[in-house]
Amino acid sequence: MKLTIQVNEGPYQHQSADSAYFFTKAALEKGHKIYRVFFYHDGVNNGTRLTTPPQDDRNIVNRWSELAKEHDLDMVVCVAAAQRRGIVDDGEAQRNGKDATNIADGFRISGLGQLVEGAIQSDRLVVFGD
Amino acid sequence: MAMLHLVNKSPYDASSLETASSIMKGDDAMLLIEDGVYAAVRNGKAAASLEGLKVSVLGPDLAARGIGEDKLIDGVTVVDYAGFVDMVEANDKVQSWL
Repeated sequence: MKLTIQVNEGPYQHQSADSAYFFTKAALEKGHKIYRVFFYHDGVNNGTRLTTPPQDDRNIVNRWSELAKEHDLDMVVCVAAAQRRGIVDDGEAQRNGKDATNIADGFRISGLGQLVEGAIQSDRLVVFGD
Repeated sequence: MAMLHLVNKSPYDASSLETASSIMKGDDAMLLIEDGVYAAVRNGKAAASLEGLKVSVLGPDLAARGIGEDKLIDGVTVVDYAGFVDMVEANDKVQSWL
């Protein structure tokens, strides 16, 4: 089965950011294909590499990056949501005159069309949020 | 055409469980996750609305809230994340009641 996962909530804010990760991991372990993980609304905050959670807490951002590396996941951050919340890659920094970037490994910034396309190309769309 | 209804809110908090359960039909299934697991407690507020429905609850979220499986409504099944994935596969569509 081909899946697209939508994540609407930020890390350490609502359990859905954790639920989405555990579901994605379980689906991969069962041999399913994750077509795309789309981070929308506050969910874009899962994609900043500047977080430093306490060492005895889970590192939600790194956890996604590692999963993406291991399974070659396509993790897309919504551009409009990212601009509002300061999630920046090289292209966005240049376009909007920002002096820094913070996008984490394995994430890329793109448009809402990527969510629609993911939903069309996948057998199921599973949405996690509040 | 069965649908999986995902409910992640406590019935003491929101009306999403009421709405989802009233809309379910045929072979539809419901999975309670996050605070939604409170709906699966026997003699709880939501017990009556779940009667006759195919309802499962996510085990790790149940354990995280200290609810023992012996406290659940009869007929409610406990699944892990792998079981969650199976339920998504077994139903044609997934509706998250956010």
